[in-house]
Amino acid sequence: MPILQPIGRTLLIFFAAAGRLSMFAANGLSHCVRPPLYFRLIARQMIDIGYYSLPVVGLTAIFTGMVLALQSYTGFARFAAESAIPNVVVISITRELGPVLAGLMVAGRVGAAMAAEIGTMRVTEQIDALDTLATNPFKYLVAPRLIAGITTLPILVFIADIIGVFGGYVVSIYKLGFNPTTYLKNTVDFVQTEDVVSGLVKAAVFGFLITLMGCYHGYNSKGGAQGVGAATTNAVVSASILILCCNYFITEMFFAR
Amino acid sequence: MSEKANGAPPKIQIRGLHKSFGPKVVLDGLDLDVAVGESVVVIGGSGTGKSVLLKCILGLLRPEAGSIKIDGEEVVGLRGGDRDRVMRKFGMLFQNAALFDSLPVWENVAFGLIQGEGMDRDEAKKNAIEKLAAVGLGAEVGELSPAELSGGMRKRVGLARAIAITPEIIFFDEPTTGLDPIMGDVINDLIVKCVRELGASTLSITHDMASARKIAHRVAMLYHGKIIWAGPVAQIDNSANDYVDQFIHGRAEGPIQMQVRAD
Ligand SMILES: Nc1ncnc2c1ncn2[C@@H]1O[C@H](COP(=O)(O)OP(=O)(O)OP(=O)(O)O)[C@@H](O)[C@H]1O
Ligand SMILES: [Mg+2]
Repeated sequence: MPILQPIGRTLLIFFAAAGRLSMFAANGLSHCVRPPLYFRLIARQMIDIGYYSLPVVGLTAIFTGMVLALQSYTGFARFAAESAIPNVVVISITRELGPVLAGLMVAGRVGAAMAAEIGTMRVTEQIDALDTLATNPFKYLVAPRLIAGITTLPILVFIADIIGVFGGYVVSIYKLGFNPTTYLKNTVDFVQTEDVVSGLVKAAVFGFLITLMGCYHGYNSKGGAQGVGAATTNAVVSASILILCCNYFITEMFFAR
Repeated sequence: MSEKANGAPPKIQIRGLHKSFGPKVVLDGLDLDVAVGESVVVIGGSGTGKSVLLKCILGLLRPEAGSIKIDGEEVVGLRGGDRDRVMRKFGMLFQNAALFDSLPVWENVAFGLIQGEGMDRDEAKKNAIEKLAAVGLGAEVGELSPAELSGGMRKRVGLARAIAITPEIIFFDEPTTGLDPIMGDVINDLIVKCVRELGASTLSITHDMASARKIAHRVAMLYHGKIIWAGPVAQIDNSANDYVDQFIHGRAEGPIQMQVRAD
C-alpha cells in the first residue's frame, strides 16, 4: 500500500502535533488560574497587545468601515436599497470584520513579536535559566500572555467596532449625502446585543489563539536565529489560519439554527 | 571515586548516567560524587559533554538512563512542586551567562530573591548591588541592560545571579573564560570564598588549569562519556594517566586525538 503510507505518516505527525499543542495549552491555562499571578507582567503584556495595537487596528477599522459603505452603496443603488447601508455596515463590522481583521492584524504584530522574544529566550538558554531560578516558565512567560490576550482583544475589538461604524458614517454623510440623524438612528435601532457580543466572544478566542501560537512556537524553537525566524513565521501563519477556521465555527454556534 | 569526605552522604551522587542526542552518545555511564562542602572541577575537551552533564543534573535535559541523587533524593524525572523545591538548592552560571535581556542587570541578579523568595524589590536591589560589587561591578552597571555589557561583564553578572540566592549547590560553567587574568583570579577567590563561607558544594567546569588548581578540592576528567580519572587536586601532576597528563599540559600529541581532519 505505498499510497496509504505517506497519508498515514502525515496523519500521525498531525495528531502528535495536535497532542503536543493541547498539552501546552492545558498547561498554560492551568497556570492562568493557579496563584501566584504576575500582575506586573500581565499589565505589561496588556499594554503591548492592546495599547500599541490601537493605531494599526484603528486604521484597519476606519478604512474597512469606509469602503464597506461605499461598496454597499454602489451595489444597493441598483435595487434602490441604499437605506440598508447603516445596517450592513454595523452588522458586518460588529459580527465579522471587526474581530477578524483586528485578530489578523494583532496576529501579525503581537504573535510574531511573542514568538521571536520567547524563541530567543529559548535558544539563548534564558528559559533554562528561569527554571534554575525556581520560576516556572509557563507561569512567568506563558500565563501572563494568555491572560492579556484573552482580556485585551475584546476591548480592542470593541473600540474597532466603534471606529469602523464611524468610518461608514463619515463616508455616508459626506460622500453619499445621508442624513446624519437618520443614519445614526438606523444604526442604533438595528444593531442587537447578540451582534456585538458574538464579536467580542470571537475576539477573546482570537486573543487566546494568537498568544497561544506565539508562545507555543517560541517555546519550542530550536537552533539559533534561523529557528527563531521559522518560529515567528509559523506563529503568524498558524494563528491566522486558526482565526479564520474558528471564526466560522463560532459564527455557526451563534447564528445558525 | 566513591571516597566520601567525613562520612556524610554525598551532596550529589551520579550513577550510570547515559545521555545521547539521536545517534550521538554524549554521556555513557558516567559516575560522579560531590561531597558536602566540596569543590569538584570537571575537565575535558571541548564538546565532550560537560555542559550536558550539568544540564542533566538540573533536569533541563532528560537522561535516558542512570540515577542522580541530591542529598540522597532521586531527582531524575522529578516534576512540579518537588522539582521546584530541589531547584531552590541550586545556583547555576551558564556558559554564555543566559541573562534575561528584558530586565536590567540588577533585576537579573535579584531575580531569584524577588521571584523565588518573595523579597521586597528595594531590599532585593540593595542585595543585588552588593553581589555585583563582589564580582567587581559598580552600582551604575546595575541600571544597564545586559545587551550593553561586554562578554566578561555578562559572565560576572551571571555569577552574581548564581550566588545571590546563597544556594547549597553551585554550578559554574567556565567561570573564568573570557576574563582577563586578574579578574579571573578575583573570580577564583570568589568561588573559593563561596565554598568556605557558605559551605556550598560546587561543581565547576573549566579549561583553565590555573583556575582548576585554585578552586578544586577534587578534579575529574571527562572523556568519551565517562569519568576516566578523578582524584585530589594535589595528585593531578602525578595521576599516572596519559589522558590527564596530555590535557593538563595541553599537548597535541597523546592518546586524545582531536578530530581536525576529515579522514
Ligand atoms: N541540545 C542539543 N542537541 C543536540 N546535540 C547537543 C545538544 N546539546 C549538546 N549537544 C552535543 O553534545 C555534545 C556535548 O556538548 P556540551 O555542550 O556538553 O560540550 P562541552 O563539553 O560543554 O564543550 P565546551 O567545553 O566547548 O563547552 C556536543 O557534541 C554537542 O554537539
Ligand atoms: Mg560547555
